[in-house]
Amino acid sequence: MQNTSEIRLLADKIRRDVIQMIGCEGQTGHLGGSCSSAEILATLYGGRLKFKPDDPKWEGRDKFLYSKGHAAIAQYAVMAEMGYFPKEKLWTVKQLGAMLQGHPDRLKTPGVEAGTGSLGQGLSIAVGMALEMKLDKHYDNRVYCVMGDGEMAEGQIWEAAMAAVNFKLDNLVGIVDRNTLQATGFIEERFNTNPLSEKWKGFGWHVIEIDGHDVNALLDAYEEAYHTPGKPTVIIANTVKGKGVSFAEGKAAFHNCSLTKEQYDTALAEVDARIAELSKN
Amino acid sequence: MERHSQRVAYGETIVELGAENPNVVALEADLGKSTMSTLFQQAYPERYFEMGIAEADMISTAAGLAASGKIAFCSTFAVFAAGRAYDQIRQTVAIGKLNVKICGSSSGLSDFGDGSTHQAVEDVAIMTAIPNLTVFTPADADEVRLAVRAAAEIEGPVYIRVVRNDLPTYTKGEFKPGKLSILRPGNDVAIIAHGVMVEAAMNAADILEAKGISACVVNASTMKPFDSEGVQQLAQQVKAIVTAEDHSRIGGLASHVALALRQSSTPMDYVAIDDRFGQSAHSAKELMEYYGLTAEAIVDKAIALLD
Repeated sequence: MQNTSEIRLLADKIRRDVIQMIGCEGQTGHLGGSCSSAEILATLYGGRLKFKPDDPKWEGRDKFLYSKGHAAIAQYAVMAEMGYFPKEKLWTVKQLGAMLQGHPDRLKTPGVEAGTGSLGQGLSIAVGMALEMKLDKHYDNRVYCVMGDGEMAEGQIWEAAMAAVNFKLDNLVGIVDRNTLQATGFIEERFNTNPLSEKWKGFGWHVIEIDGHDVNALLDAYEEAYHTPGKPTVIIANTVKGKGVSFAEGKAAFHNCSLTKEQYDTALAEVDARIAELSKN
Repeated sequence: MERHSQRVAYGETIVELGAENPNVVALEADLGKSTMSTLFQQAYPERYFEMGIAEADMISTAAGLAASGKIAFCSTFAVFAAGRAYDQIRQTVAIGKLNVKICGSSSGLSDFGDGSTHQAVEDVAIMTAIPNLTVFTPADADEVRLAVRAAAEIEGPVYIRVVRNDLPTYTKGEFKPGKLSILRPGNDVAIIAHGVMVEAAMNAADILEAKGISACVVNASTMKPFDSEGVQQLAQQVKAIVTAEDHSRIGGLASHVALALRQSSTPMDYVAIDDRFGQSAHSAKELMEYYGLTAEAIVDKAIALLD
């Protein structure tokens, strides 16, 4: 487990990897939703999840599902940083025959638990994994499922929300990366999925709402979820789409984008400055 | 001839599998009294998950269980499995080659009373179009038992098509996944059928025999991977081929056989549901007759091809 400053550093390393994966040669990638998830992923992989990168099927592991699978490059980044595969593999993302597909693929990428990205389905898969953990008495383990707030429009999310409460899955933690933007603009102005906390409470979940870029708040929320019995916990993580790349922050245009050379250099320079600062500590 | 329930065969077989393997689990979407998954619920309540009336969620949940090492049997009506849960089967189960076994129950027109919304006339087309998925279409209760056992042995997803009404037993205790099986030898015409239409095919062979025509009846109980080679070999042994299915002519047995015979000189024709939905009726027999899914229809097609 890493300390909080290491986790902050990891989050910016994820951002750096994501920017490099997108590059500036015409390829596109989901920059906005990857950057909004960076602290969530960094706290999970760096500070919470039990796993062994060299033994991805290790029985004692916790399970992680990135239901917002379009931001797969962020998951690949954190997995590479944690040692699941060499970092060089990141630069092959979406190449023909690559182990890193546009959306997570369990057969191609060791450590990916299940395919996600047809939005709305990850939480149901997580329910299945949580049921197995109960059946097989892995009581110390948890399933963490990161969803998008645009994804909240998918009806299956709420089917799974009911199922998780029905089965009293206190070993299941949902995390909503609430960056307030979907592909075409502000969620509130398009198909309003708010209010979220009230909805999840109404469905019977334990709800924790926090700043999704606050590493300590995230770690505390996981701890609170771990010790909340009898029902599942959802963490509404308020985030900024494109966080950490100033020109992309809060802009739907960077949901799935390519980068000009200038944008690329600016983005890397901003992230590198923070990495240099954090590395001093 | 004595008739037996494919649904009961399904329920009893998953109970047997549950006894043999603690990793077998079952999921249901409130149709357990029809699909007979309730038998598993009675035997292994801790391994049975009533997922509510939420078929899509059921399939994804089964995917999660399967990704965690379970063999997850899901049952619902065929129309909901192949229709409502198509995306869940495709995206997570099939792409991920997960050990999810889907029982599409009350398939074809067999749920005669409930009408078009509950009658799956295109499930084979949809399911066979998905890569990585195995599709079984057993002919009777005995074959359901063998198909369910075979499904449990296969590493990966399987769709098993089951009908609602009791069927006579024509299979002989042998089930080879991926292979056509000959139920009755003959050398003038081959009738290839699956599911409920095997009975019509057997009756058609009797009628043809009385007219001096020797009909071979072939059971196509695996629709994927489809035994195209078996069809091609058959085409060399007979003068004509007729297919029979309680399914749309598009994407089912007729389509698969026509594709297999694309370079053959042996003529083929089909008995299938035209490109339209079902409807309610007071009996399955009445409905099958209305849609032309009868022994007589098979006989007519066979004679027309042989003339």
